Amino acid sequence: MAQVSIPDSEVDIVIGAVQSDLASFMEEWRPIFSRYHLIIVKDPDLKDELKVPGGFNVNVYTKSDIDRVVGSSSTTVLFSGYSCRYFGYLMSRKKYIISVDDDCFPARDNKGDIIDIVAQHVSNLTTPATPFFFNTLYDPYRKGADFVRGYPFSLRHGVSCALSCGLWLNLADYDAPTQALKPGHRNSRYVDAVLTVPARTMMPVSGINIGFDRELVGPALFPAMRLAAEGKFRWETVEDIWCGMCVKVVCDHMGTGVKSGLPYVWREERGDAVESLKKEWEGVKLMEEVVPFFQSLRLSKAAVSAEECVVEMAVAVEERLGPVDPVFARAADAMVNWIKLWKVAGTRSAVA
Amino acid sequence: MAGASVSPTPLLKDELDIVIPTIRNLDFLEMWRPFFQQYHLIIVQDGDPSKVIKVPEGFDYELYNRNDINRILGPKASCISFKDSACRCFGYMVSKKKYIYTIDDDCFVAKNPSGEEINALEQHIKNLLSPSTPFFYNTLYDPYREGADFVRGYPFSLREGVPTAVSHGLWLNIPDYDAPTQLVKPRERNTRYVDAVLTIPKGTLFPMCGMNLAFNRELIGPAMYFGLMGDGQPIGRYDDMWAGWCIKVICDHLGLGVKTGLPYIWHSKASNPFVNLKKEYKGIYWQEELIPFFQSATLPKDCTTVQECYIELSKQVKAKLGKVDDYFLKLADAMVTWIEAWDELNLSGGDSAKLANGVGKLAI
Repeated sequence: MAQVSIPDSEVDIVIGAVQSDLASFMEEWRPIFSRYHLIIVKDPDLKDELKVPGGFNVNVYTKSDIDRVVGSSSTTVLFSGYSCRYFGYLMSRKKYIISVDDDCFPARDNKGDIIDIVAQHVSNLTTPATPFFFNTLYDPYRKGADFVRGYPFSLRHGVSCALSCGLWLNLADYDAPTQALKPGHRNSRYVDAVLTVPARTMMPVSGINIGFDRELVGPALFPAMRLAAEGKFRWETVEDIWCGMCVKVVCDHMGTGVKSGLPYVWREERGDAVESLKKEWEGVKLMEEVVPFFQSLRLSKAAVSAEECVVEMAVAVEERLGPVDPVFARAADAMVNWIKLWKVAGTRSAVA
Repeated sequence: MAGASVSPTPLLKDELDIVIPTIRNLDFLEMWRPFFQQYHLIIVQDGDPSKVIKVPEGFDYELYNRNDINRILGPKASCISFKDSACRCFGYMVSKKKYIYTIDDDCFVAKNPSGEEINALEQHIKNLLSPSTPFFYNTLYDPYREGADFVRGYPFSLREGVPTAVSHGLWLNIPDYDAPTQLVKPRERNTRYVDAVLTIPKGTLFPMCGMNLAFNRELIGPAMYFGLMGDGQPIGRYDDMWAGWCIKVICDHLGLGVKTGLPYIWHSKASNPFVNLKKEYKGIYWQEELIPFFQSATLPKDCTTVQECYIELSKQVKAKLGKVDDYFLKLADAMVTWIEAWDELNLSGGDSAKLANGVGKLAI
């Protein structure tokens, strides 16, 4: 299948800076990132000066920029910690966004070559997804693969892919209990596959390494689920898991696809799983309520755009999950406010 | 738990039968000898029953040809295909074991990227003995594999998983393409070793290939009917597809899991794409109706056994697919016949009628 070539100008790389010294991070990614425009958003809670090496085409947003756009009272509520990257998604005007955590570095594939995560995410996003029937040889659009015998022909043109979820070598995205139980456990298995996550199947989307089509699902990636004890380590967050499920519901409703698999990044050690474990297991407990809710969530035919889908979802969250825990009521509010913000600051006509 | 040594995979040599359909010869078994010799084989000989199929020395086996099938099943033998590898499901029916592994006679031992020979049977056993996770997708694939686990966000209440009913393996070299794809890409070979096993999520159908397949016969056996194909039938090469759609609907209903991925075998023979096209032709059109049927098929709560589910499914096939072609009316009847034959051979102890042909053991 011929690969569509996408001009570099259609891609933004968005980095949420949770640590202030990005020098080694940027240098490691330079061979891959330097041809693209970058958006770096500094966690508004970070006090130190951000260190970004030269030679990049980059826009840096800090607390004062965020304050100006959303009002200082909302800045911390919406964009502190890992959620600062959503401000970058808001400000971008490109079709494709690639986003990685600032503790991730280029990994090598099983041939020893450095993985260009941007090229792989873009490839995932620009080839169709196949959510309605499982292909046992994984992504049929990859070179050397195809649809297998028994795959209905009418489903072979696929649908647009809206989200590409990458994976992690070394420190995988496990929760704190799992990592604490297996402190030496590192992911060394390179699985050479991309596959479409089937329609109506829910999954935990990790924000550590993703790509998405901003035109298709931009409004559906938002900072809404903030744990009371949310911290500066991934083990202490579920914001990405929450909005990943929202995105999946939106994609299933709109008939677009979500892929998972390649590309891999190399995720460095940061933090202490046992320390994170000592904090309340709020996220773990909440997932028990969250998953059944999303699995049964259906949107009405009236919800046509991603914005409309999010607004409908927010109502459902408020009604069905709001009574369970105040964090859900806050999430529903945040979702509604996000759409308002998106309409003002996130659309083409808005000035960055 | 960290750094614990992995306990060896049980051999299950008294609990697993290897079912092999053949019309040619069994030379391929020589390559599999180190991995298969300890197991009991059930050979289902298709085609001319007067031909003598030689089984390599040292294997413990039962062999059934068409005469045996007719003798054992009597009029019910009509549900077993002739001149098509679909006849292999007769082997599932007569087996007395808990697990079945079925493999085609043109499939050989493959090598992994490190150059080691892959013990496909051992991997299937690992897949079947560890749970499946159909209710929520794990982005790191099978969490029960050594070196993997559930990712952040995976609900703890779903981490126990469900029993695995089916393990669907893959193929290096000649991929399992349909005839049109084979014609367009005659030289394409599958060289990509994907080091993953994953559960096919609930509610999602897949094309199940019978070339390298294992299942828990106690959990799902009666639903593994491979349909009416081959001689006298309007269609071929959809036997495993049909079974795959049926078992998936039933597994989803009963809360059982289906895994796909490792192990790989080396598929050596590309069948003639023009012959294949003739066999598949109707299937290519029919599957456009069949898929929506299976996607929307629901089973009532009071269907709690595989047989009940399967009979119910056959009624729905008759009611909804009869209008696609009369073939489906015949197939629905054959599905019922199959269950009747299965229950006769497996529930009431009517084993005394069985006597395998050839040198093989007397099957009790």
